[in-house]
This record gives sequence, C-alpha cells and structure tokens, in this order.
Amino acid sequence: MTPELFIQYLFAGITYGIIYAIVAIGFNIIYNTTGIINFAQGEFVMLGGMIAITMNAFMPMTLAIMVAVLITMVVGALIEMVFIRWLESPSVLRMIIITIGISILAREVALHIWGESVRALPYFIGNEVTSVSILGARISPQVLWVIGVCSLMVAGLSLFFKFTSLGREMRACAANRRAATLCGINTKNMVTLSFVLSAGIGAVAGCVMSPITYSDYSMGPNLAIKGFTVAILGGLGNSLAAVAAGLLLGIIEAFSVSVLPLAFQDAIATAILLLILFIRPHGLFGSSEAASLKEF
Amino acid sequence: MDLLKRYIPVLFLLGLVIGIQLMTHFTGTGYYLTQLTMSAYYSVVVIGLCVLMGYGGQISLGHAGFFAIGGYLAGALTTHNLMPFKDYGLITFLDRTGMLVASKDLYGGDLLTVEPWAACITAVLAAGIIAFTIGGPVLKLKGHYLAMATLGFGIIIYRIGLATQYFGEADGISEVPGFKLLPGIEVSGSFGARVLNYYIAWAVVIVAVILLLNLIHSRVGRALRSIHGAEEAANAMGVNTSRYKLYIFVLSAVFAALAGVLVTHYNGGIGPSEAGVMKSVRYVAIVAVGGMANIWGALIMGIVLNFLSLRGVFGSYDDAVFGIILIVIMLFAPQGILKINPWQQVKSFFSVLAAERGEDTADS
Amino acid sequence: MALLEIQNLNRRFGGLKAVNNVSFNVEQGSIKAVIGPNGAGKTTLFNLIAGNLPANSGKIYFNHAQINGQKPYQIAKQGISRTYQNIKLFHGMTALENVMLGRHIRSRAGFIAGMLNLPWTWPEEKEIRDKAQEYLNLLGVAECADTEISNLSFGQQRGVEFARALATEPTLLLLDEPAAGLNIYETAEIGRLITKIKESGITVLLVEHDMSLVMDISDEIVVLSFGEKIAEDLPHNIQQNEEVIRIYLGDEDA
Ligand SMILES: Nc1ncnc2c1ncn2[C@@H]1O[C@H](COP(=O)(O)OP(=O)(O)O)[C@@H](O)[C@H]1O
Ligand SMILES: [Mg+2]
Repeated sequence: MTPELFIQYLFAGITYGIIYAIVAIGFNIIYNTTGIINFAQGEFVMLGGMIAITMNAFMPMTLAIMVAVLITMVVGALIEMVFIRWLESPSVLRMIIITIGISILAREVALHIWGESVRALPYFIGNEVTSVSILGARISPQVLWVIGVCSLMVAGLSLFFKFTSLGREMRACAANRRAATLCGINTKNMVTLSFVLSAGIGAVAGCVMSPITYSDYSMGPNLAIKGFTVAILGGLGNSLAAVAAGLLLGIIEAFSVSVLPLAFQDAIATAILLLILFIRPHGLFGSSEAASLKEF
Repeated sequence: MDLLKRYIPVLFLLGLVIGIQLMTHFTGTGYYLTQLTMSAYYSVVVIGLCVLMGYGGQISLGHAGFFAIGGYLAGALTTHNLMPFKDYGLITFLDRTGMLVASKDLYGGDLLTVEPWAACITAVLAAGIIAFTIGGPVLKLKGHYLAMATLGFGIIIYRIGLATQYFGEADGISEVPGFKLLPGIEVSGSFGARVLNYYIAWAVVIVAVILLLNLIHSRVGRALRSIHGAEEAANAMGVNTSRYKLYIFVLSAVFAALAGVLVTHYNGGIGPSEAGVMKSVRYVAIVAVGGMANIWGALIMGIVLNFLSLRGVFGSYDDAVFGIILIVIMLFAPQGILKINPWQQVKSFFSVLAAERGEDTADS
Repeated sequence: MALLEIQNLNRRFGGLKAVNNVSFNVEQGSIKAVIGPNGAGKTTLFNLIAGNLPANSGKIYFNHAQINGQKPYQIAKQGISRTYQNIKLFHGMTALENVMLGRHIRSRAGFIAGMLNLPWTWPEEKEIRDKAQEYLNLLGVAECADTEISNLSFGQQRGVEFARALATEPTLLLLDEPAAGLNIYETAEIGRLITKIKESGITVLLVEHDMSLVMDISDEIVVLSFGEKIAEDLPHNIQQNEEVIRIYLGDEDA
C-alpha cells in the first residue's frame, strides 16, 4: 500500500468513525438520563440530512442546515413528550419495542415524503473533484468539514456537561435520578432535553456527511447499529471513549476494503458488536465492576 | 379436566380450519387458501418466539435469521446440482444411502440434488446447532444488550445470504422442488395441491401448538415462567436458569427454521428479504400484540396480521402498520389486546364473588 | 463436623468490606441466628452461602463438600433453601405455582417429557401440586393458592415465600428477616413455625432484627458489625455481652 493510499484510507476511516462517534454519543446522552437505548437514533441523522436537502431548494445552505437541525430537535422533543414522558417506569423490553416502532415509523414517513431516491447536499466548498493535498494524498475538503464540525460538537458537548449548570443538572440526573429530583431538578425536562440534544447532534452530522455519503430514507438502522457498536465498544454512557471507539471502527472498516469483499464491509461492525457483547459487554475501556452496578 | 381445558381450544381450531376450507370451497374463494397457508407457517415462527419471549422472558430480534437458515439451506441443498461432484467419496456415499435424488432439469440435463427430507433435517439441525452455539453467550446478556446481540445475529445471516453465491446473493434461491413428506403428500405451490397444502400447514401448526401448550403447562414451563418472574429466585429454587433459557432459545429457533424450510418448498424459493431485520421485528410485533405470554393470542394475531399483510391490505404502508402496532400496543396495552383465557376469566370472576361473600360474613 | 462451616469468608464491594474474615459453624439440627445493625453484611453473607454472590476469598463447606464457587441452582440441589429480605416471588404466577417451583428439585420431567405430555409425568405433576398445597396450608395461606402473587398482601407474600423455601425439603434453611413487616401475632406465629421446622430436623440459619424472637428460638447467635464477626455465643450470653450492647445502643434504643 502506497503512503498516499494509506493516508486516503485513514481519512476515510476517520470521517466515518467520527460520525459513528456522534451517533454513539447520541445514544449515550439519552441512555444516561433515561436508561433507554433509543433505537431511532439513526433516524435523527437521516432526518437532518433529508430536511436540509429539501430546504436547500428554497434558501441558502447555511440556513437550510440550521432549519433542518431545528426541526429535527423539535421532532426529538415531540418523540419524547408523546411516547416516553408519561410512561411510569416502563420495562426495558417495552422501551426497546417502542423505540423500534418509532424508528420504523420515522422511516416510513420519510419514505412517503421523499421516496426511495438517494440525494445529497452540495459540497460546502467546491465540488466532488475539489481536493486538498495532505501528506501527498488528495483529500476532499468536505472530509475536513465533517471531521472539524464533529470534533467541535464533541468538544462543545463536554464543555456543556462540565461547565454549564444545565449540563451539570443533566449529569446529576444521570448519576442518580431520585437524588436529582430531591434536589429540585425537573428530571422529566432533563429527559426531554436529552432527546433534543441527541436529535440535534445527529442532525448536524447528517448534514455535514450528506455530500460525501449521500442521504436516503433508509440510512438510519445501519448507522444506528454502528453507533451502538461504538457505544458498546467504549462502554455504554462513556462519550469520550466512544470517540476513540468510533475512530477505531471507522478505520478498521476503511482498511477492510483492501482485504474483504465489499459486501461484507457492513458486516464488520455487526461482527465486532457480537464479539464485544460476548467477551466484554462493559466495553473495551469500562470496568466490569462499574458495569455490573448499572441496571440493564 | 385440566387436559380437557388445554385441548378443547385445539379441537375448536381444528373445526375452524376445516370450516374455513369448506367455506372457501363453496364460495369459490379458494385463492384465500394460499395466504392462509403462508400465514400458518409464519405463525409457527411466532408461537415459538412467543414461548421464548412471553414465558422465557428473552427478546429475540433475530428470529428471521433462523427462519432464513432453514429456508436457505433447504433451498440450496435441494437445488444445487451435485452431478459434477458425483465421483467424490462423500457424494457417492450420500447417493448410496438414499440422501440424494436424481432428476432431469428443464433441458433434459441430469440433476443430482439432496433429497428434501435429508435437506430439511440438515437445515433444522443446523439452525438448532447454531442457536445452541450462539445461545450460550447471547443469553447471558439482558435487556438492550440481548436485543442488540440477536439483532446483530440476524443482520449477519442477512449479509451472508446477500453476499454468498451459493445462496443466490440478491436474487435468492428459486426453482426449489416440492417436498414429498409421504407418498402422495407433497409441500409445493402447485395449483392442484392448494387444499392439500393448506391442511399440511395447519397440521404443522396444530402439532406445534399442542407441543408448546404441553410444554408451558409442564414442570419445565413453570420453571421458564419463574425465570421471567424472578431469575435470581428461580436459580435459588434449583432451576438451572441458563440451561433452560438456552433450550427454549434452541426450540424456538428450530420452530423458525422448520417454518423456513416448509415456506421455501411451498413458495419454490426464498430471498434475502425473509432474513431482513424488518421480518424479525414483525415477529416480535405479533407476539407483543398477542399478549407476550399467550400462545393463542400470538397464533391468532399471527394469522390475522400475516394474512392481511399477504393480501396486500396495508398496501405500501405494510411496514408502517407494524411500526404503529408496536408503538400503540406497547404504549397502551403492554399485556396485548387479546386476553384469551376464558377459564381464567371465569375463575377470577368466581373468586371475586367468593371473596366478597367472605367479607360479608366477616362483617356480620 | 458441623453441617455448615464458614471459614475466613471475605466479600468486598469496591472499597467496602461487606463481609470481613467471617468464620463460624452451624450444627446440624440447630437454629442459629445472625444479628447486627443494618448494613452489617448479613444479607451479603446469605448471598455468599446461597451462591448468589462470589466470595473474594474464604471457604464454605456444606455437608463436608465445598460449595462456594458453585452456581446457586447447584447449591439448592444439595439442600440449601432460602427466603429473601425483600421478597422475591415469581410474578405472573399464582401462589400455588410459586410453591410448586419449590418442588422443582424433587421432580424430574424434562423438556421432551413436558412437550409430549408423557403419562409418567402426570402422577409427578399431581404430587407436586398436592405437596405445594400442603405447604401453603402449613403456612396458613391456603386460601391464596390460585391468586396471582402481586394481588396478595405483604404478610401473605411472606407466607408463600416461606412455603416455597420449605417445599424444597431443605437440609438447611436460610431465613432473611422473616418477621420484618409482620405484627406481633404474626411474628409469634413465625417463631412457633421456625421451632416446628427445627423439630422436623431442618437446620435453620436466621437473620432477624426482632430481638425477643431471636432470643426465644435460637440455639446460638452470631453478631456481625461492619462485616466483622464480633461475637458468637449462647443467647443469654449475647444479651450480656458489653460490645453487643454498645453496638445496639449506638444503633437504636433496643
Ligand atoms: N450489590 C451490592 N453492591 C454494592 N454494595 C452492596 C451490595 N450489596 C450490599 N452492599 C453493601 O454492603 C453492606 C452490607 O449490606 P447487607 O449485607 O445488605 O447488610 P444487612 O443485610 O446486614 O443490612 C452495605 O453497606 C451495603 O450497602
Ligand atoms: Mg439485610
């Protein structure tokens, strides 16, 4: 493998990897406040991309993306308020089935609005042949957009959870819901907020990735599986580890193209998921002691 | 008395099956039988899954995978020509032991394929062994982890079907021959055999229902329910919970695989969509609507929903309907919409009466 | 040799030593009580004996065989049965079915026999049912037999759980606070029952906060505090033990 090709694969891996990490962080945010795995997480990414593409016909792209992210966040809030908020301590099984149902429904609505065709936002800068040279390899600037925007989101989120009072309240809610309630935190609103946040970051990712990966109504489940794999790899609830795990998966996938038939590329993540669930369900970086204290 | 209670609904079902066939005969609506046959086979998957989910308390989002293992293996074994390998020791051995059949293809060429019985047993056994192998680590998981692991298993099976030439890649397998169960009794989609196949399918369902009803009312069934109720305590009562979970997982996988084999022979083929995640979700949806721990509920909903879906009643909203069903049932009626246990109903009615009478005497 | 021997048993949760180097024996046919303030490690000790938790170190012998490291169901099969401080019954099942589960290790119909409903399983099923009913009768909760478990009162649930534990015909019965939440009449009833159980030859290891009950019925008492055994003696000696009194006065005015 030439060094240029190596760099090319590496960047492709990082691009996908950071998107998986964003989906994984979306899982984590909701999981931390509710103990629910939102199987519809991939649909947020899909909605973000698709809405932005539609809006782009009527307004400048920057505005279109902002509108798309906003609408997706509202959808996230609505999902929580309509389907989740009023359930009294639902069983895990019930929540799994409900969020799977939501994911199917979101997909079907998208199918009836946008059809089966594959679309894409235009490149933010230049077009598909524009490229910059990095260490001799030709890289599309959109790749740098994806990596840049997603990194900013990760950094922004960690600052939000560390330094704002709202972020701290959400973490308190994650650590101990009952105690948080006793301290006067409205945990129900925190849950809504967690849905809004994960819908938002998912939608942003859906927009920046759209020019490279394209968007269509059925992209959600595949992303969700990969995002979940990454979340598990990093240890459920641990978002910084999820970034590391995301990059790992993205890079493995990218380099697998040179050894495996393409048809199996999508199966890699699933195979890793099964493997990790069988061997270390608490993740590569988590401790089993901590994991056993959580209620699954 | 207990046995009577258990089997009367089965007799009722038998009557209904015969009644419906006669009705379609006299009204000239025999075309319904095709979908009823298919629905019957899918219901075998559903009731197997019902016992796993409702009684064993274990979710599986991968049962379409087991269905596909059965269908694909049976389909591939009974269609791929072994003539070119005729001289290999293994093939000669199989041929001598009667596991292979010779026939002619459309152009008069010689075909040598696996006998459907042998293929069926191989396929079901394979599904059972795979279930047994992955069941160990999978069933250690709970909740979301279990859901995701079974989902992942389903996806892998789907991908293997899609990427392997032996299984026909995106086209799947077609021209699967009929399956002669006994002389004169053949599972096939040929027009003339429609009524026969309707009865074959329903015979399979009835046997499956009886086996499962027996199981849940047995010592083992009680132990399974106890695992669902409180796993730690079940263990402390001497129930080897992981073994029981594994066995019920394997059993439900075998049911799914058997259904897959029969559907493939009936349809004359199988494609990747049968292995898709949406199929698995659909099976779970039906079990949920039927009321989780309710074989009759699962069976009825399995027939009704599959029948409507196969008739195309839901049109392009087919998947959406199942999505909505999942959400609505889980939001408003997590116990299922059917609570078909008339005896329980009657009994609880009388026990309420008795309790009230008891309180009256206590007051006076 | 004693029926149950616990040697240098340890269990930590993170930095907390929940059971710290505890050793004692339980003699065949006796009632032994384990007392101590809340959080002393009594329930953890039971979980270790019953195999629900692995020990960090130490050994447990039952009937001369080492049982720590075995699975709970294996330990149950050897004759140890238990109740829980926070009742653990099988929801979605009737009281009778709950107790029938207690007969699991005393019966043998398997998967195939169950699915085919083989005739030889019928008398076994009947015996399971009859015995279960007997134990419900013994505990005075016969009238709950066909009621789903979550519709029972707290006291009835305690009774059903007790019946379930007895139905296994154990050699050693572990009772975790059997009188908690019961009124004085019910508590006295439980006391009589435990004595009766002992007379039928079953050895009892008992965790209980009700001191008068403990002093009444137990042959020997072990006192735990912060995971450590601080005393082991006859009931009337324990009553005079300075350290025990100090712990209990420090904890509550008992
Ligand atoms: N599963 C567990 N994880 C962490 N700490 C535990 C666990 N179980 C018990 N503990 C701790 O161990 C100590 C002993 O608890 P326990 O055995 O329940 O006490 P007791 O039954 O004597 O009241 C307590 O401090 C309790 O918080
Ligand atoms: Mg305790």
